[in-house]
Amino acid sequence: MSGATTDIANGRSEISAILSGILRDPLGLAGLIVVGTIVFSAFFAAWIVPFDPIAINITDRLQGPSWTHLLGTDQLGRDTFSRVVMGGQVALKVALPAIFGAMAIGLTLGMIAGYGPKWLDNILMLVFDTIRSFPTVMFALAVVALIGPSLQTVVFVVMATSIPTYGRVARTQTLTLRNSEFILAERAMGASMTRILCVHMLPNIIGVLAVLVAMDIPTVIALEAGLSFLGLGVKPPTPSWGALLKDGYALIRQTPWLVVGGGLPIILATLGFTFLGESLRDVVDPKLRKNR
Amino acid sequence: MVQFAFKRLALAALILVVAVTVMFLMIRAVPGDPVTIMLGPRATPELKAKLIADMALDQSTPKQLLIYFSGLLRGDLGTDVFSGRPVTKIVFEQLPHTLKLIFSAITWSALLGVGLGCYAAAHPNTWIDRTAAAISVSFIAAPAFVVALLSLLVFAVYLQWFPAIGAGNGFWDEAHHLVLPSLAIGLSWVGYIARLVRASMLEVLGENHIRTARAFGLSERRIVGIYALRIAILPVVTVIGVGMGFLLSSAVFTEIVFARPGLGKLVIDSITTRNYPIVMGAVLISTGLFVLSTALADLINAILDPRVRTSN
Repeated sequence: MSGATTDIANGRSEISAILSGILRDPLGLAGLIVVGTIVFSAFFAAWIVPFDPIAINITDRLQGPSWTHLLGTDQLGRDTFSRVVMGGQVALKVALPAIFGAMAIGLTLGMIAGYGPKWLDNILMLVFDTIRSFPTVMFALAVVALIGPSLQTVVFVVMATSIPTYGRVARTQTLTLRNSEFILAERAMGASMTRILCVHMLPNIIGVLAVLVAMDIPTVIALEAGLSFLGLGVKPPTPSWGALLKDGYALIRQTPWLVVGGGLPIILATLGFTFLGESLRDVVDPKLRKNR
Repeated sequence: MVQFAFKRLALAALILVVAVTVMFLMIRAVPGDPVTIMLGPRATPELKAKLIADMALDQSTPKQLLIYFSGLLRGDLGTDVFSGRPVTKIVFEQLPHTLKLIFSAITWSALLGVGLGCYAAAHPNTWIDRTAAAISVSFIAAPAFVVALLSLLVFAVYLQWFPAIGAGNGFWDEAHHLVLPSLAIGLSWVGYIARLVRASMLEVLGENHIRTARAFGLSERRIVGIYALRIAILPVVTVIGVGMGFLLSSAVFTEIVFARPGLGKLVIDSITTRNYPIVMGAVLISTGLFVLSTALADLINAILDPRVRTSN
């Protein structure tokens, strides 16, 4: 019992140590602020937006920025700022389940590949390599062509293409840990495989994967935006950053604000998550710092 | 070396076989009649019958797969549902445009990235090094299609320095048309390559043969630019090989933004007209390219660094 309490206390102090490490790094702090803002605005989007993001108001169409419409309006008179804020919600709705789903599956498969028998490892690695051999966007286009565009399709594609990355990292970590002394000691004491994998190995792998998650979220956001830009992602009138860019592209000679309104949040989100990920990596694994 | 090359190419072939099988089964796994899915609303009974005969859809699935593979070996990717032209021909007509775009993008970004990386490594922790690092991270973060759109907005629509659409005719016109698209694709690579070269260069500069070169009184420029770069450039080869898939993906978006001909435009147009044989053909060819370039990168690395051969 007391052991469990210490574990929890250790866990907490570890999290606060990671957090203070990120806060000390200027880029990490910047990343945390940007990511925090995006998550906050996505979460409370319904209260933040000044206008209904899908309400059509033809008389106000294609306006430039003003105090009423901070980023102007689109070809249907919809408020661009409201659509940008709501678009953040869509971006996270795709990115978070897809990435965490991929991490959970990749982690499980990777640990099995690293700890299980050699033949299973070989099969799993071949599967991973095969999935990785499709260029992501081409694979996404093939899937969309077959099952049609939707939010779920995008989530599926992202999950399928990200699993191998997490799986490979989890496998390498498991292989390294497998022969470490504390695991050998555990095994000598007769610990079950589940216990070794879940209690002893998992905490040592999850940190590295957390860094990957932070680095991957922008890729996923960009992929969702890209597919929606091509008209193959979320369906209109759902506001998404990619859909804004699609409208902006069609009207690029009439108004620059749609392209700016759709493009800037993608770049900001990408920067924010990348900075946060880099900073997190330095804190979690200081050995990697020298590669910067 | 021969054994390593053989093993690596065999793995590439195996991956391709599995990838083709996966794609093939994916089409079959889609609920509904594949003929109707492929032909879409335009399906006439004659077209349907022709497609069933062409793709051997009246046979069992393993037999269909076998027929498909034997077609692939003969370079036959099927026929375009609407024009009746061979898919292979259509895809290979568009491929050069995409390859030109990819190579121009990776060339300028590799040259600039390697230069920046060398400079940063030769002057570590100066303000130039730090600025380069900050800019690198920022550029890595920029998705190609967003850069494409923003550069289209600024340089083609407002400043009108570069054309907004098409690929151009003749060398200079084509080069003029290539500037913005290859800027969009290459931008994120500059920072990436610069960081990679800086890190590996710093490592190499600490090694014995460089110390010897210094002791011989060779100029710093010669040491960094010739002796160290030879080894420090290795990771860049790998990264470009592995990054081929990423480059292809960026090219798809960039081709759409600048209305350029190429694989990306072909695939998107074929998706909107539901021309599945072309979509599948283009995806297969690009997957093949990707698998081949990763294998090539591994082989080049094995030639340059003997340790790679023995570790496998």
